Amino acid sequence: MIRFEDIGLRYGSGPEVLSRINFTLKPGSFHFLTGASGAGKSSLLRLMYLGLRPTSGTITVFGRDVASLKRAELPALRRRIGVVFQDFRLLDHLSALDNVALPLRMAGAAEAEIREHVVELLDWVGLGDHLDAKPPTLSGGQQQRVAIARSVISRPRLLLADEPTGNVDDSIGMRLLYLFEELNKLGTTVMIATHNEGLIGRFPHPRLHLDRGTLNLTPAGIGPSVAVATMAPPTPSAGLAGGVLGAGWSR
Amino acid sequence: MFHHRLDLPLVEDATGRFMVWIMAVMVYLGIIALAGALVLSGMAERWENGLTGRLTVQISPQPDDLGTGTGTEVDSVAPLVQRTEVALALLRATPGVARAEPITLAAAHKLLEPWLGSALPDDLPLPALIDVEVADGGGLEVPALADRLARSVPGARLDNHAAWLDDLRRLARTAQLVALAVVILVGAATLAAVVFAVRTGLAIHSPVVELLHLMGASDQYVARQFQAHIVGLALRGGAVGLGLGLVTLAVLAHAAGDVSSDMLPSMALTPRQWLALGAVPLVAAGLAAITARWTVLRVLAALP
Repeated sequence: MIRFEDIGLRYGSGPEVLSRINFTLKPGSFHFLTGASGAGKSSLLRLMYLGLRPTSGTITVFGRDVASLKRAELPALRRRIGVVFQDFRLLDHLSALDNVALPLRMAGAAEAEIREHVVELLDWVGLGDHLDAKPPTLSGGQQQRVAIARSVISRPRLLLADEPTGNVDDSIGMRLLYLFEELNKLGTTVMIATHNEGLIGRFPHPRLHLDRGTLNLTPAGIGPSVAVATMAPPTPSAGLAGGVLGAGWSR
Repeated sequence: MFHHRLDLPLVEDATGRFMVWIMAVMVYLGIIALAGALVLSGMAERWENGLTGRLTVQISPQPDDLGTGTGTEVDSVAPLVQRTEVALALLRATPGVARAEPITLAAAHKLLEPWLGSALPDDLPLPALIDVEVADGGGLEVPALADRLARSVPGARLDNHAAWLDDLRRLARTAQLVALAVVILVGAATLAAVVFAVRTGLAIHSPVVELLHLMGASDQYVARQFQAHIVGLALRGGAVGLGLGLVTLAVLAHAAGDVSSDMLPSMALTPRQWLALGAVPLVAAGLAAITARWTVLRVLAALP
């Protein structure tokens, strides 16, 4: 799915932010990306969603060496990657519906098809009554759901989330992580960057830990800081809508 | 509920209002300058059509005609009337001459009236004039004809208006070039304004542009947003400029109609020329769209 080989990154003539990064994400895997603030998590994610070029090394995405790709080939590749940004990055002048519709419009989907899927998904994340609402009128949790809906509307093969639980309380954070697990069960490869040890300790997924620009892998398993989940995870058979993003969401 | 909108909030930009007025002024100036060029072109064409293909033979009175000769000269010339008949016969017998008609004394007086007044004395020594129409493609050798006339008819001179026509033509072409230069300058200034507006829009909305880029928007997708916005502004401004331009031309045409047509050539435009003026806002909008697209693509090429 994605492979980093000896990746190094520096901004301009500054110090090296990432050094000799090597890892491979297999299709359908789920990883947490951890590390202290400033460790380089966001930079690593930016490299993964092709928002930056590495200073050295080789990045392979969906079997293609990124360095060998023509510039015109990159947009199609980016559209196969869903990104949840730390600050959501919703477009304030567009409704929730138009925000979520963006990836489909970019892909050239028909308006009727776009409407059907977007309305269904927003209804699914509990925002069926807020289709025309502009982001500034929504709560932080609602904005986050719009951002997540936008990142998954085009069924990306890879989902990257940068501190998706950073602006919400633990209860909503848990719901988000369950959502990402459900997406992962549907075949999407997931990587979540976070420093919320309390939350990720409850999930048995491997961690990639960044420390001063270098990466270490911690195998799968429940970490020592795990606490008892305050809510039960959804049953796989319930599906995404019923299990995770149903009526349980609130402002 | 579900509206197709620009992903970029360009409509809210202050540069939009500025662009509408810039386009209005530029289209207005472009229409006036283009109308000037077209009127001048029409004038030059009418002058050319009116005077080329026409010759004038002038036969000057000789001393005998004036009654000042001694009557003793051996080679005394024939009277003016006879020399005119000889010249007419020569002209009509020349291949390539379609028509040769003498200009009557009354008509000659009429020509002089603006300068000498209506009370011209009957014994005023005026030259005899012959209006000659050259046949299309008749292959008339003008210098040879002039030479034969001079030899056969004393005092005869052939005028093909070339010098006067050349001056007029040069004046019309110069004025036309100036008008076209104004059109080009106005167009260049308009395109510079478009580049400025698009670059400003890109700078103001760089976070949104970067977001769209990272989400997989192609450069063409982003460029289309700017294009659609700029075309909308250009068409609105162009409509205002066209309206103002047409009102100005109507006022000028009305004012020109009051002036004697002998003094001022016709300023009427053909239907095709009116269509050309009406197309100015569309051409301006098209050029603005191309410029906006080119500017966006150039800027986006710097993104990874």
